[in-house]
Amino acid sequence: MRFFLRRTAFYAFTAWAAITINFFLPRMMKGDPVSAYLQKNQGRISPEAIDSLRTLFGLDSNKSMLEQYIDYWQLLFSGDLGRSFSKGLAPVTDVIASAIPWTVGLVGIATVVSFVVGTAIGAFIGWRRGSRADGIVPVATFFSTVPYFWMGLIAIAIFSTTLGWFPASHAYDKGSQPSFTLEFAGQVIQHGFLPALTLVIGSLGGWILGMRNMMITVLDEDYVTVAQAKGLRPSRVLVNYAARNASLPQLSSFAMSLGFIVGGTLVMELVFSYPGAGKLLLDATTAKDYPLMQGLFLVITLAVLVANILADVAYAILDPRTRQMEA
Amino acid sequence: MTFPNPVATAVPALLPGRTRQRTALSRLGQTFAMFRNGKSLAGLSILGVFVLIAIFGDWIAPYGPLEKDFTALRQPPSWVHWLGTTHMGEDVLSQIIYGTRGVLVVGFTAGVIATVIAVAIGVTAGYVTGWRSESLSALTNVFLVIPGLPLIIIIASQYENPSLLLISSVLAITGWAWGGRVLRAQTMSLRNRDFIQAARANGEPLYRIIAVEMLPNLTAIIASSFVGTVIAAVLGLTTLAFIGVIPITNLNWGTILFWAQQNGAFPDFWWWYVPAGLCIALLGMALSLINFGIDEYVNPRLRSAGERARAMRKKGFVLSDTATAVRPRPSTSTDPGVTHAGTKQ
Repeated sequence: MRFFLRRTAFYAFTAWAAITINFFLPRMMKGDPVSAYLQKNQGRISPEAIDSLRTLFGLDSNKSMLEQYIDYWQLLFSGDLGRSFSKGLAPVTDVIASAIPWTVGLVGIATVVSFVVGTAIGAFIGWRRGSRADGIVPVATFFSTVPYFWMGLIAIAIFSTTLGWFPASHAYDKGSQPSFTLEFAGQVIQHGFLPALTLVIGSLGGWILGMRNMMITVLDEDYVTVAQAKGLRPSRVLVNYAARNASLPQLSSFAMSLGFIVGGTLVMELVFSYPGAGKLLLDATTAKDYPLMQGLFLVITLAVLVANILADVAYAILDPRTRQMEA
Repeated sequence: MTFPNPVATAVPALLPGRTRQRTALSRLGQTFAMFRNGKSLAGLSILGVFVLIAIFGDWIAPYGPLEKDFTALRQPPSWVHWLGTTHMGEDVLSQIIYGTRGVLVVGFTAGVIATVIAVAIGVTAGYVTGWRSESLSALTNVFLVIPGLPLIIIIASQYENPSLLLISSVLAITGWAWGGRVLRAQTMSLRNRDFIQAARANGEPLYRIIAVEMLPNLTAIIASSFVGTVIAAVLGLTTLAFIGVIPITNLNWGTILFWAQQNGAFPDFWWWYVPAGLCIALLGMALSLINFGIDEYVNPRLRSAGERARAMRKKGFVLSDTATAVRPRPSTSTDPGVTHAGTKQ
């Protein structure tokens, strides 16, 4: 129980810190682009929307910082993140909601595939240490140090411009409407394959190396020797004895790496013009659309937090020691 | 006449001096022992080449980075322009040589700042106990969870012309947490070792315990977290430059790719975008190799695993084979007939 409480306290604290950073970000900005925008479009924004923007961006000079902070929390709890300047004053929450499924779908699948495949390959290389399989290590290192965006551009140059196998941009064909038909699903897969592939290749190396190093350390433990001496099948020793224990640090670095993954996909979405949250953030940055930038940063941070919680739960299921700490 | 005498007396006086020098040298050698393996040396040599290019760029580069030659636009590699030219007739090789400096300066500045923060917070969090340790650890975890790149983009977009120091600082602030976490864990395990307890019992002051007793045992981890941050900073910098958040006046490899993409270099003008990307990958590879070497120094099992497995295989055992293997033909009578396949030596 103590373990559980401590984790909850940590997540509550992190969420508070992220939201507070988000509160101070626009207040640190030089100049005041928001009020300039509001003045330019005085007649077109509803008074309520102006009110919420004032609170979000600290334009209310009458109120003290503390009052602004409390107002800000109230707005967040009512689900109001302001209006997006660049998207025709649509509510920020709606704009983000339309982009999130694309990112979560693409990145989620790519990340899980990369983690599973990378860990499996790493376990195998660690198991067959000293064999020719070790040759995968330098190749994997190379691909993990190649910048994401460059690999994406090269992939487009080869597979879509030259060979024409995959479309180079967007999530589905131009002119078609998102729907739950087989044809549309086919388009989504065709458009998503290349971005997902580059994401997987780019992040695979880290998982392979981490798992290999852990496997080599774990395989030297006495319980592995005992398991082999008992005459257990090699596959059983590999999976249930060595890999199970070696994969625990992988899980915690999986949680930790999610922040980096979000950063990587941001660039990937730029390169492939994929209509996800990362592309949205970059567009918002170029358009100086502060409400949208702020809202996106908040949503991305909270998403990483949620993923961390899930990884924690998985860790507790796999590793009895963390549960024993409760007793 | 009295010449021999001072010499004779000087020799014994010199000897301890010489041995002292030798111990100082060997101590220096011990400090760098983590780099004394093939992988680290290979990484350090590649890094050294890049450093030399960065320092002597002005002399090496055949042209100025922005020197335009309108008679040679988008030329493929030739003897005049080894890596071809851009849409403005600029020499790609010269741009890459000059760009090395921007990448390395920002990478190492960010690495130094991040390492200082990581050591200060990580070691303190590991040494103190109770709520102080917990709160520093919570701070580290918050920085780990907050996604760095989106934050950097938002901060960098606030400035019209961010300086190199500002870019490095932002990269460092979002990149120190991992090192801080590892250092905290290692310090916590060191704190209760006998030699630290002894130092404390001797009444050594806190700064001495940390600086003299602990830091030498943390050098490998500090070095590896430094190298890790430099890798992240180099990738972060080039990514930011490619996105166009960093002003184009700061020439680095990411800026080259930014220009290449803006001016339709993909996919036909490969000489414009391939070298810059390969340079980033090569630098990252060199830094990773240094880190592999440090990893093997810290965890000797990693170093010897392959060799031991090969040695066993030569004797006829397959490590990952079924549990017990009976030797087909015992070569000597002293050898045990049955051995465990997984037996360690």
